[in-house]
Amino acid sequence: MKCILILKECNLIDLNKIMKKIFDAKLRCKIHRKEILKLSQKVQALHIGGSFSSVEIVDCIYNMFLKKRDKFILSKGHAGIIQYVLLFYLKIITKEELNSYCQKDGYLGVHPDFGKRGINASTGSLGHGLGIASGMALAKKASTYYVLLSDGELHEGSVWESALIIGALNLTNIVLIIDNNDLQSSTRSSDTHPNLYPISNKFKEFGWETSECNGHSTNEISKKIKSRKKKKPFVLVAKTIKGYPVSFMKNVPLWHYRSPNKKEFIQAIKEINNL
Amino acid sequence: MRNIFAETLYQNAIKNKNIYVVVADISIAGNMINFQKKYPRRFINVGVSEMTMIGMCAGLALEGKRSFAYTIANFSLYRPFEMVRNDLCYQNLPVTIVGMGSGTTYSNLGGTHITMEDISIARSIPNMTIIAPSDPQELKKAVNYCCNKSTSPTYLRIGKTGEKNYTEISKEKWQFGKIRKIIDGKEICFLTYGSIIRKSFTAKEALKKYGIKSSIYSCSTLKPFDEIRLKQIFKKYKYIVVIEDHSIIGGLSEIVKGLAYENKYSGNVQSFSLKDKFINNYGSQDDLLDSHGLSDRNIMKTTLKFLKKYE
Repeated sequence: MKCILILKECNLIDLNKIMKKIFDAKLRCKIHRKEILKLSQKVQALHIGGSFSSVEIVDCIYNMFLKKRDKFILSKGHAGIIQYVLLFYLKIITKEELNSYCQKDGYLGVHPDFGKRGINASTGSLGHGLGIASGMALAKKASTYYVLLSDGELHEGSVWESALIIGALNLTNIVLIIDNNDLQSSTRSSDTHPNLYPISNKFKEFGWETSECNGHSTNEISKKIKSRKKKKPFVLVAKTIKGYPVSFMKNVPLWHYRSPNKKEFIQAIKEINNL
Repeated sequence: MRNIFAETLYQNAIKNKNIYVVVADISIAGNMINFQKKYPRRFINVGVSEMTMIGMCAGLALEGKRSFAYTIANFSLYRPFEMVRNDLCYQNLPVTIVGMGSGTTYSNLGGTHITMEDISIARSIPNMTIIAPSDPQELKKAVNYCCNKSTSPTYLRIGKTGEKNYTEISKEKWQFGKIRKIIDGKEICFLTYGSIIRKSFTAKEALKKYGIKSSIYSCSTLKPFDEIRLKQIFKKYKYIVVIEDHSIIGGLSEIVKGLAYENKYSGNVQSFSLKDKFINNYGSQDDLLDSHGLSDRNIMKTTLKFLKKYE
């Protein structure tokens, strides 16, 4: 009901079509999370918490925004698995390649590597993606570059170097999304850096157009990105929950890196099915 | 050298619209001003933001451009090291990192501005190539190479101003990846790179008075290193002297000594490199080099001893 109200408020005419999209997105995100859980059973550890917080964001960018000339850069590279799942969903990589995740001679490792199909930049060390995107955005003004960072990543000074110059050069073809799950690997990001929040203001002062949304609502994410004015570089602070929607993973730092055991796996699948 | 760099880059930029230069708050000299005026979209000053300078160059290269990151050597390589390693080398992008005023060039600025271990650091990164031209003429060729032919990241190690040309007398053309013979002599061989080549010329002249004929080779490509030519040099000379404005660790001295061992070289290698010790004294570049044993007098004295020792 809430979604319908939001759509009405926005005067979106083709309500049925959009509702179908929302429905599909929810279903898709369920499938993506279950795919990640399946892969988790083959590896000792994976960054499931930060991947689950990014599912709706990455799904939305790939399914609703990326045109052929555009690129997506996962600056929070530790969530590579959600990008791989999307690349598989879009038939850019094969099932075999996805299943080779972190295996001996496998195609994919935890962090995305440039050169693999669908991967536009090697990331993994935080604070690199936005700088790379700044160069790409300069080179091809007609393309749009979607970059996903985590709020923990904002601790990196390099992010602010890039944010400053992107604002100064007014690279309006950059769309930055912050996965604001407020958890770094060990603790609350806001405990370490209380002055980082609210995030939007900082970017606004650096010359960006800013917006905020619920990062687990595809509708909100897409609406905010679509309605950007394109007069400035754009940042969307997407409020998320690390480990969402699994009850025992949500906001628990342990799940930054841990892989669920069999019992936890069954419980997580059950909770996702019941969403 | 920086004026020749700017001039050559500008000339290439006129022909090649894909050339971009990203600088980090460096005062621009010579034709760099023309580059900025004529191609403002391809000249970007990111300010005092070296990490973004490298990241931006990587992004430009990922979209098919030829980008140059240009600032003082310690800021172009040390400060943004992880961006150099991950963004450029790991992704193997044809970006040129220009280390201006390298080695002991900025002799009055203190140890924070001296790059005595840059080659050592750059050499250890896979995919990285290193060019340290011995004079403005070689630099011109090297910049042309970086503008048109390089296929991987290049650390272009250059001086600043006032360097003289020494290599124009060479019968051999400058080629990327090749050791270049500048002067032919029989008894002793000097291997060097960068503007410190001047010291091998001084030594050559001094040795001449003792009837000793010296060869001088410019080893301007430090990586990949021209092992084939070095093997020929091993066969030809019993005495090899390395002169470099770089730490004894990881520079030309170690390259030559390592390959001498691998190739069972039966001759002798004497090296004049900077000590493994921070430089925190001031004065002219020669004052700094003198304090690390690279005075003309010491090079001469030690080389004569070296020759006698093995007579």
